[in-house]
Amino acid sequence: MTKTRNTLMVALALIALSACAKKRVELPPAPIGTQGDQGQGTPTQSSGPMAGSQEDFVASITADRIFFDTDKFDVDAEDQEVLRSQAAWLAKYPNKRVTIEGHADERGTRDYNIALGERRANSAKNFLASLGVDAARISTISYGKERPDALGSDEASWARNRRAVTLTVQ
Amino acid sequence: MRRVKLAGYAAALLLTSNAHAQLSVDVDGSIEKDLNIAVPAMPTPADASTAAGATTALGRQVAEVIASDLRGSGLFKPAGPTGLKGVAFEEVTKPEFDHWSGKGAEALVQGFVRANPDGAITVGCYLYDVALKSELTRAGYVIAPADWRRAAHKCADAIYAKLSGESPFFDSRIAYIAESGPKDRRVKRLAIMDSDGANHRFITNGQTLALTPRFSPDYKSILYLSYLNNRPRIFIYDIASGRQRLVTESANPTFAPRFSPDGKTILYSMAIAGNTDIYRISANGGTPQRLTNTPGIDTGGSYSPDGKRIVFESDRSGGQQIYVMNADGSDQTRISFGGGRHATPEWSPRGDLIAFTKIAGNFRIGVMTPSGNGEKLLTETWQDEAPSWSPNGRVIQFFRTAKGSGKASVWQVDLTGVNERRIPTPIEGSDPAWGPLLP
Repeated sequence: MTKTRNTLMVALALIALSACAKKRVELPPAPIGTQGDQGQGTPTQSSGPMAGSQEDFVASITADRIFFDTDKFDVDAEDQEVLRSQAAWLAKYPNKRVTIEGHADERGTRDYNIALGERRANSAKNFLASLGVDAARISTISYGKERPDALGSDEASWARNRRAVTLTVQ
Repeated sequence: MRRVKLAGYAAALLLTSNAHAQLSVDVDGSIEKDLNIAVPAMPTPADASTAAGATTALGRQVAEVIASDLRGSGLFKPAGPTGLKGVAFEEVTKPEFDHWSGKGAEALVQGFVRANPDGAITVGCYLYDVALKSELTRAGYVIAPADWRRAAHKCADAIYAKLSGESPFFDSRIAYIAESGPKDRRVKRLAIMDSDGANHRFITNGQTLALTPRFSPDYKSILYLSYLNNRPRIFIYDIASGRQRLVTESANPTFAPRFSPDGKTILYSMAIAGNTDIYRISANGGTPQRLTNTPGIDTGGSYSPDGKRIVFESDRSGGQQIYVMNADGSDQTRISFGGGRHATPEWSPRGDLIAFTKIAGNFRIGVMTPSGNGEKLLTETWQDEAPSWSPNGRVIQFFRTAKGSGKASVWQVDLTGVNERRIPTPIEGSDPAWGPLLP
């Protein structure tokens, strides 16, 4: 139920914002500082992070990352919700670009893990593109097993490390 | 009965059945005990200073390196130079065999270090059978004083080759990745060293993530993966000039670089929209040629010694397995079967075996024939990975990752799986790549 409503809202937002984006597409980005100046924005803006910032991105979305099973790179229903929230934010800030980092856990050989991270980052990218985000706004990079998030050598840590993380390019 | 290491075809070739069997060591066997070999300090005809120190000191250092090499091979039990009597220069070619047999030595290494008028040094190297009171081999090396370790390695190689019947391998170098820092922000630097860990040198400064180096066969350049500007791509680094260039210009990430045995061709992997395939390109550049074309991950790759075939890994069957193809990409055939996954195949310079990482619970180093038969696992810890062959195809180098800490170290194991040792590195090490015998 909740999921359906969220999906619908995102879809509506996408439609609304893509219309907006067309009108604004030639405008230069807002000068840094104007949107986030304390006391000058709307009440919601003044208490939150600067609009369009990485902090705003993280605060606005379900999560900045999706997770994968061992050796897998498919985007499941939970991942899709996360990526829809990211797509909604990207629709709101059509001048923003993102990089998706693909990662693997330590229980794989080095070259294979680099290739696997590529697959995962591209899975996330392809899903965002299917939601209408211009693929040219999304770059990918695989770190293989080089940048774990969780430091343990256990199933829970490995599950956290098999991930694709979306970062805004600021 | 003389002590020899029995069994295995190498010994069978060398061993005779008479009471004074020829001295030999056996690289395949697991037998008996190692050969007792005495390595006293090498004298000098006249102590002289060189660019690398006095010849008397060098004579002792050369003996130390020879003893260390022989010990590291796992086939010898060297004594000396510490604890052994001094050898007079005149004694080098006339050993006191009774003294050495009284010490339990079966073989004896003597030699000398002499400073030459032109600034070079000469290192003499003599191997004796103590019981038979006979010379087995001798060699001399004229080198710059700074290269004295190479003379020691060459002497150890001559001894190893004479007593094992195998090709030498000590006089060779290793490229690897030096590691430090916390597990989630590892600093990884390209580094090179001699086969025993000496003459260590950092190539990159650690500001950019560096991975998976490979020496060119002539040791003039190194292929490696660099995350320069957050774009993982393969560079070729020229050791003499310190300059590097991209192997191929591409918007896509390239990784897993490998040289062909003649150094003229480079294999690499490239991911396009998440799909990784293997390509080859001339080491001088030009147009790359795609060798694999499946939806799976095709990566790695290692040429047969004749350059006609390539062994590589692919998960096209569902998990990582090993395949062989012709050098032009034709006739791709799976060779690894059975339980678990098989990754990172490397073709032995002898051509007879493929080394690989076996993933079945733990990560272990193993070997099989190029047709996929005779699988044998050589190590057993939590995570051993990425085998690289010694120049003679008799020792495999790999790296070991510790559970939890993620600390990495470089190791060698011989084909018996018995002789396993850690290679000393100044900081942690991974991705070792063994080059060929030095020219």
